[in-house]
Amino acid sequence: MTTLSERILGAPEGSYVDCQVDRAYVHDGTGVLALEAWNAMQARMLARNDRCYVLFDHIVPANNSVTAGLQAELRRFAREQGLPFTDVGEGVCHQVMGEGIALPGEVVVGADSHTCTLGAFGAFATGVGATDMAAIWADGGTWFRVPESIGVFLSGSLAGPAEAKDLALTYVSRLSMDGATYKALEFVGDGVSSLSMDSRMTLSNLAVETGAKAGLFYADKETCAYLREFGHSAGLQVPGECRYERTLDIDMADVVPVVAVPPRVDTVRPVEDVAGIPLDQVFLGTCTNGRYADLERFARVVRGKKVRVRTLVAPASRRVLSRAAGTGVLSWLVAAGCTILPPGCGPCLGAHQGVLGEGEVCLSTANRNFRNRMGVGGEIYLASPATAAASALSGAIAVPGVQG
Amino acid sequence: MKVEGPAVCLGADIDTDLVIAGRYLRTKDRSVWATHVFEDLDPALAPRLSGAIVIAGKNFGCGSSREQAAIALREAGVRCVIAPSFARIFFRNAINTGLPVMECACPCTEGERVAADPASGTIEVGGRVYLARPLSPRMLEILSAGGLVEYWRRKQ
Repeated sequence: MTTLSERILGAPEGSYVDCQVDRAYVHDGTGVLALEAWNAMQARMLARNDRCYVLFDHIVPANNSVTAGLQAELRRFAREQGLPFTDVGEGVCHQVMGEGIALPGEVVVGADSHTCTLGAFGAFATGVGATDMAAIWADGGTWFRVPESIGVFLSGSLAGPAEAKDLALTYVSRLSMDGATYKALEFVGDGVSSLSMDSRMTLSNLAVETGAKAGLFYADKETCAYLREFGHSAGLQVPGECRYERTLDIDMADVVPVVAVPPRVDTVRPVEDVAGIPLDQVFLGTCTNGRYADLERFARVVRGKKVRVRTLVAPASRRVLSRAAGTGVLSWLVAAGCTILPPGCGPCLGAHQGVLGEGEVCLSTANRNFRNRMGVGGEIYLASPATAAASALSGAIAVPGVQG
Repeated sequence: MKVEGPAVCLGADIDTDLVIAGRYLRTKDRSVWATHVFEDLDPALAPRLSGAIVIAGKNFGCGSSREQAAIALREAGVRCVIAPSFARIFFRNAINTGLPVMECACPCTEGERVAADPASGTIEVGGRVYLARPLSPRMLEILSAGGLVEYWRRKQ
C-alpha cells in the first residue's frame, strides 16, 4: 500500500516525477510576477487555459495606483487568455478553490504557500513560486519530488471551547516550524470523521507552517457530502497500511484553547497563560478561519454585546459573506461593533485594511505571526475564532467560554 | 558555476517576510527589493550583500511563497545561499530565478572567505571543507541556464 501522496503522484516517495497539474492558480500578488516570467518566456499559449485560475484576494480592492495598474494588467491577461477569473470581493483563492473546484485525487498547484489548504479534499495540493507557475501555464505540468509522509493520527473528538484551530496550533507546536520540511502530512485516525470540511481546511492550511509540502485528508463520506452540494459525485479514498516516516498521535479530547505567541507559529501556550494581555486589534478571517462556521461561532459570542477593541472581520469568500447575511450572523457582527472588510486576505499580510502601528498588539485567526508581518513593530497572537470573540469583548486576550 | 565571496552569517528560521517585507512587494522595479532586503531583520545588511555568500541556519526562507525573496537576494548581489535546510518553496524559487542554494551545515564567522560549487556540492569556509546535499540533475541544469525562464526557452 502507499501513502496518499504516492497514490496521487503515481510514484514511490523520494522519486522525481513529471506530472500534469489538474488545477493551477495565482492571485493578484503572485500573478503579477508569474505574468512577467510568462512574458520573458515568450510562450504563446497556455497548455490548459480552462484549468489555470486567476483569483484576486491579496490587496483587494487595490490600495494605490501602482497596485491598481498591476492588477489591471493581470485582469487583461486573464480575459485575453480566457482563464477562469474571480475579481475583487469573491474571496481568498484557497477558499474559492475549496468551494467545489478542487477535487479528491487531483494535483492542485497554487502560487501561494497556503495552497496546502486544499489537501482537506484529498487532493495533492502544494504551493509554488511565480516562475514555476509560468512554466505550468506553458506546459500544463511540472516536476515534483514525491514526499515522505508523516502520519498525524487523530483520535477522540474536540471538546469544550477547543476548536480545529487549537488542534492545528497544537500539531504545529509538536512538529515545530521545520519538523515536516519537504514532507507531506496525512491526517488519519478514528477522530477524522468528526471533523467538518471547514475544520479540515483549517488543519490542512497550517501544514506549511511546519515546512510541509502538503497536508492531506482521505476523502470520506463528509468530503463527498460537502462536494455533492456543489454538484460533484466524488469517490471515497480508503486509507491502507502504509509506511510513515514518523507518526504523531493526538487525542483531540486533550486539546485546549491555545495561542501562538509572537513571533513564531510553533510557540504555543494555553490561552489562560497569556490571558489579560491588552489588545489593539482583533482580526477574524483568512484562509485559516474566515469560513461561515468561524463567523457564526464568533457572532454567537458577541451577539447583543459590544466589542471593546477594534475588530475586523473579513469573510473568506462572497459565498461565506452571503450566507452570513442571510442567517443574521452579519447583522450580529455589525451590531456588536465589528468592522466588515471585503472577502479576501484583509490585513493578514500587512499590506492594507488593518496594518498595525509600532507597539500595537493584534489577536488574529490567521496563520502567521512573524515579526513585522502585519506592520512594523506590531505583534500578532494567533488563536481560534472563539478565543478571538472572547478577546474582542474583553479588549484583552481572554479564555473562550468563560466570557460573561 | 563556482562562486566565491565573504560570508554573511544569519540565524535559523528566517522567513520570507523578513527577507522582503509585504509592503514592498507591489512593484515591477526589482531594485526596490534589493534595497529593502532583510530590512526588518537588520537594516544595515543590504549594502553588505553585494558579492557575498549568505550562510544561514536551518529552515531558511520559510513562510510566504513570494518569489521576490529569492529575486531580492540575487538583485542585491548575493552569490549563493547555504543553509542546513530550506523551506521548499523558497528552495525552488531560488533555483528558478538563478540563485544558487546549497543544503549544508557550515559553521562560519562573519566575513570569512567562502568558495562554493553547486555542481560538485563542495563548500570551503575559511579553509574547512564541507559537502552539500547534491542538487538533482534538472535543478543543476536550470541553475546553469540562469533560471527557469532561460531553461524553458532553450528547450523550445
